[in-house]
Amino acid sequence: MSEIYFTKEHEWVKVSGTSAVCGISDHAAHELGDITFVELPAVGKQVKQFEVLAAIESVKAASDIYAPVSGKVVKVNSELEDAPEKVNESAEEAAWMVELELADAGELAALMTKVQYDEYLKSL
Amino acid sequence: MQLIYEKSVNGRRGVMLPASDVPAAVALPQNLLRSESAGLPELSELDLVRHFTNLSRRNFSVDTNFYPLGSCTMKYNAKVLENAANLFAPLHPMTALLPGGEELCQGSLGMLYDLGQMLVDITGMDEVTTQPLAGAHGEMTGMLLVAAYHKAKGNKKKYVVVPDSSHGTNPASAAMVGYEIITIPTAPYGDMDLELFKQAMNGEVAAVMMTCPNTLGLFNPYIKEIADIAHSHDALMYYDGANLNAIMGKVRPGDVGFDVVHVNLHKTFGTPHGGGGPGSGPVGVKKSLIPFLPMPRIIHDEVSGKLEIQTDNPLSIGRTANFFGNFGVMVKAYTYMIMLGREGLIQVSEQAVLNANYIKEKLKGYFDLPYSQTCMHEVVFSASKQLAQGVHAIDIAKFLIDKGYHPPTVYFPMIVKEAIMIEPTETESKATMDAFIEVMIEAAQQAESDPDSFAAMPVTMPVTRLDETRAARSQTVCCLG
Repeated sequence: MSEIYFTKEHEWVKVSGTSAVCGISDHAAHELGDITFVELPAVGKQVKQFEVLAAIESVKAASDIYAPVSGKVVKVNSELEDAPEKVNESAEEAAWMVELELADAGELAALMTKVQYDEYLKSL
Repeated sequence: MQLIYEKSVNGRRGVMLPASDVPAAVALPQNLLRSESAGLPELSELDLVRHFTNLSRRNFSVDTNFYPLGSCTMKYNAKVLENAANLFAPLHPMTALLPGGEELCQGSLGMLYDLGQMLVDITGMDEVTTQPLAGAHGEMTGMLLVAAYHKAKGNKKKYVVVPDSSHGTNPASAAMVGYEIITIPTAPYGDMDLELFKQAMNGEVAAVMMTCPNTLGLFNPYIKEIADIAHSHDALMYYDGANLNAIMGKVRPGDVGFDVVHVNLHKTFGTPHGGGGPGSGPVGVKKSLIPFLPMPRIIHDEVSGKLEIQTDNPLSIGRTANFFGNFGVMVKAYTYMIMLGREGLIQVSEQAVLNANYIKEKLKGYFDLPYSQTCMHEVVFSASKQLAQGVHAIDIAKFLIDKGYHPPTVYFPMIVKEAIMIEPTETESKATMDAFIEVMIEAAQQAESDPDSFAAMPVTMPVTRLDETRAARSQTVCCLG
C-alpha cells in the first residue's frame, strides 16, 4: 500500500518500500495551463530533497520541479516527452514523472499528507 | 494571404538578362553543385513589390500603434537617430583594430568613449564596456566579471541570490556562468523579502542580482541595507538596468551600493528593438572590477589627448563581442542622450513614471491591482476579477489586438496570477493613453456582460485565434521547397 505526500511547491510522491514515484499535483497542472514540455532527469542521477529534479513548460510559464525526497533516479516516464498533455489529463496518476530510490524515509516528515495539502490549497 | 512560394510561376522573372556569351572562368567542382533546384520563388518585380508591401502593411510597430508591452520599454524611436547612425555607415569596423588604425577613427572612438562616460554618469559606476550585444549578454558579461573578481581574490563562491521579482534572464545568466541560484520570494510589500534574504546570505554567495525597480514596477525601499549585507559577505551587487527608464537622474545604482550594472540602450535610450533592430547592453562596473573588463578597451591618454586601444590585459575576461559591439545602436543612443541632455533624461523618467501611474489610477477600479502603491514606469494588474467569468489575461490581450493595440505583457511577472503588465513609456500623449484606458474598461465590462465572446478573438486580424498550445508542443517548422 503506497502513501501519497505533497510539497508546498505542489509536487507529490507516492512511497512504497524504497520506491518513491513523483509528479506534480492536479492543482499545479491546472494552474500551469496547457503543458507543452517536460524535461526529465537522467536515470542514475542523485538528487537531494527540494533540489531541482525536472522542469516543465506550459503556454504560460516555465517552472522547475523539485525533488520531494532525496534519492537516485531509477526510472523516468519518458512518454511525457512526446505527450506532455498527459500531465493535464492525469497529473497524479498516469503522468508520474520520476521514480526515485528513497534514500531517507525520515524526510517524509517534512511533507504534507493529502488532507494537509488540501487544507494548504485552501489557504492559498 | 499566399506565401511567396505559392505565388511562384515557373520561369517568371523580375529581370530578363541576355544569355551570357562569356564562358564561365572557374567552374565549381562537381561535388559542390546542387543535385536539385534550390526551389526559390519565381516572380515578376511587381508581384514581388506587392507581396512585400502588403506584408509590411500587416506589420505592427511603435510607428503604427500604441505598444504598452511591459518590461520592454517600447518608446518611440526618433527617426533622426537613424540619420545619425547612417553617417557612420562607411566606417569599417576593423579600422580601429588595424596597426595605427586608432588615428583614422578618433571621432568614432570618441563617440564610444563619451557614450561610456555618459553611462558612467547616469549609473554612478566608474567604467563601462560597450561590447555586450543585448541585455542578457550584458548580464552574462557582468556575471563573468563577478566570477573573475572572486577568482582573483581566491574567494570560494557558489551561489547567486535572485529575487523572484527579477527578470527571468537573471537566474539564467548566473547559471550560465556556473553559479547555483537561490531564489528569494517576494514579500507582501512587493519586493524581495528582507528577512528571507538575510537568512539566505552566507559567505558562499557571489552576487545578488536585482532588477530595480523590479518586475512589479516597484523600487526596493531596503536597497541600501541589502547592499550592505551583501558586501559584508564579499558578495557583489548586480543591477539589471532593464528598468532604468524609471530612475534616470533620480537614483544612481552606484550610489546605493551596486557594483555591476547593465544598461539596455535599446530600451532606455530610444533605439529600435524587438523585431526592429539589434540591442546593446553595455556593462558598468565599480573600480574593483575594472581590471577584468573585456578587451579591447578604449583608453583616454591624458598626455596626448588621444584615444588608444588597449588589447593586452591578462586579467580581462576576454572579448565578448566582435569589434566594439553593436556600434550603430550606440550611435543612436549617443545621439539620443546628446539631444535630450541631462534635464531631458530626467524628464523622460519623470514622464514615464507619471504615465504609468495615470493608467494605474484610471484602471484600478476595473482590474485587480495586487500591489497598489505608487508604481514606477510600469504597472502590473491581474485579470483575476475577469477570471471569475472565465476570461483570462490572454483573452484581454486578444481583445486589445482587435482594437488596434499591442497587448501589454501577460503572465509575467509569474508571481502575479493572470498578470497584465502595462508600460506606456514617456513618449505617449494623454490622448493616446485615454483612448487605451477606454478600451481596457470596455474589455472589463465585456468580460462581465459577454464573457463567451472572447473565445474567438481576435477577429480583425489576418489570422484569428492561434492554437498556442499546439504551436508550443509541435515544434517542427515546415520548410517548403
